[in-house]
Amino acid sequence: MSGTELDRKGSDKDQEGETLLCVEHVSKVFPVKKRRLTAVDDVSLTLYKGEMLGVVGESGCGKSTLAKIIAGSLKATSGRVTLNGIEYPKLKGTAAKNHRRNIQMVFQDPLSSFSPRMKIGTYLSEPRRNYDHLPRSEAWREAGALLEQVGLPASFLDRFPHELSGGQLQRVAIARAIAIDPPLLICDEATGALDVSIQDQIAALLVRLIKERNIGCLFIGHDPALVRSISNRVAVMYLGRVVELMPSRLLEKEHRHPYTGALLDSIFDVYCDQSAEIRLLEGEPPSPLRLQSGCAFAPRCPQCTERCRRTVPELKDIGGGHFVACVET
Amino acid sequence: MSSYRKKAWMRFSLFMFLAVLFVLFALLAGFLAPKDPLTTDYGHMLEKPGAGHLFGTDQLGRDIFSRILHGGRSSLLIAFAVTGIVAAVGIFLGTAAGYAGGILDGVIMRICDTLMAFPGIIFTVALVSFIGTGLPNLILAMSLTSWTGYARISRALVLSVKNNVYIEQARLGGASGLRVLGVYIIPNILPSLLVNISQSIGSNLLTISALSLLGLGSPPPTPEWGLMLSEGKNFIYNAPWMLIFPGMVILVCVVIFNLLGDSIQDLMNPRENIY
Repeated sequence: MSGTELDRKGSDKDQEGETLLCVEHVSKVFPVKKRRLTAVDDVSLTLYKGEMLGVVGESGCGKSTLAKIIAGSLKATSGRVTLNGIEYPKLKGTAAKNHRRNIQMVFQDPLSSFSPRMKIGTYLSEPRRNYDHLPRSEAWREAGALLEQVGLPASFLDRFPHELSGGQLQRVAIARAIAIDPPLLICDEATGALDVSIQDQIAALLVRLIKERNIGCLFIGHDPALVRSISNRVAVMYLGRVVELMPSRLLEKEHRHPYTGALLDSIFDVYCDQSAEIRLLEGEPPSPLRLQSGCAFAPRCPQCTERCRRTVPELKDIGGGHFVACVET
Repeated sequence: MSSYRKKAWMRFSLFMFLAVLFVLFALLAGFLAPKDPLTTDYGHMLEKPGAGHLFGTDQLGRDIFSRILHGGRSSLLIAFAVTGIVAAVGIFLGTAAGYAGGILDGVIMRICDTLMAFPGIIFTVALVSFIGTGLPNLILAMSLTSWTGYARISRALVLSVKNNVYIEQARLGGASGLRVLGVYIIPNILPSLLVNISQSIGSNLLTISALSLLGLGSPPPTPEWGLMLSEGKNFIYNAPWMLIFPGMVILVCVVIFNLLGDSIQDLMNPRENIY
């Protein structure tokens, strides 16, 4: 996949634009049988207007929890989240409801994002009818136009979700998400459940749409190659923490955190040396229930030193918009 | 239209037609019945089914065919009324409990548990003997005991649907709580409930018959299917038709409403060829 570079990103804009989303020291702790599960641990991120920020990490690293906190469906245990300067998780009543239109989500499993008895047309007209009180017929007409924008025929309006393929459904889900022009779109593993060939098409569609409409996008995935190829910057998460944040062109060659290296080594590539031994990360990630002192990656890290086991590394700026949380760099 | 849908439609139309036919017979009993259901005729007691009396006569010489037609009124009326009340109350409370959760859920479900701790029919019998027999009391007593089933089913269905991603999507799409319930949740649980509703028409018919058999249903001269069975059981050896015909009618009616429920489920399934 990394070989075929689609028309993506446009310019590698590292220059910082206007801040859209600001996540400051956000943590989420779930109580699990009198113990505490730290799903997201002191994460700070900034997303600029019109930017695609990728988030990668293995299963259970807190990516989806972070997405839910940003989408407002989970309350953070501590920390602040602001969109255009508004701390929206604190909003109440009508203000909260009206603010929801600003952040839309596309989920991993296309089929379960659809009510099985709702026609595609109804599904697509919902946001415009609910937020802008558009009459049914007008919203339906707009829904047809939306379908065409995501490359599907308007005749799909009368179909039911189970009559469409996964890729088609994901296009519809994207169409619904952009129907009300949200400033922020969150894609939670939006391509994770699709065939590789379809993944590429969906990714290309997303990039085109967010560029056309200047939407900021948080793209969560577990395939570093895909995430790198479509996003402007990439954040690498490990056990609830952001361990490295960099412009995505630096990911391949200039990453500094050992975990990022391990993650990249795990990518399979048709052009890779088939005879070379696959380097595996030793051991399982430690349970988020038992966070030890020091760097969370220390038990699996090949470069681990005594210092790593004692101090929790902070995200340090090493220049050029590159941040890394490792004691040894 | 695919052949699956066509078949489902055909079955639904057939059973709906039969169900409507039954209701029509009951409603038009006054015109259709050849004899008055209450007139006794001591010259023709316990007569065999034949030309004069299609289904024979009972111990007082009343025409059984006419009594069955008229009996449909009270039997079906009670069955429909009880099912309607029970379904409305049970579904409303169950959906509210499942959707809102928390204290409301706890309170409603504990009331359910309490009512369900009694065996239904015994509770009904106790209630009827306490507040007296008669149509309204019978409906009340049966409704009080059986709404719990609906509440439990609809609560469970709401819970199974509530955590789906599309509910989250609905919220992001600006749907209010009521709209999520009405547009995203109810349509997805209604087919399963409809099946229950049409099947419980059948089971309510049986309960009424059972209560009448125990002498707690309609008072004697009233033509009512269960009551006719109850009267007929004393003559099972010399006049079996007094039992056979009302029994057959109850059986056919229950089967039709059960099959109607089944066909509704097939019809409302948006996916085809599920088998």
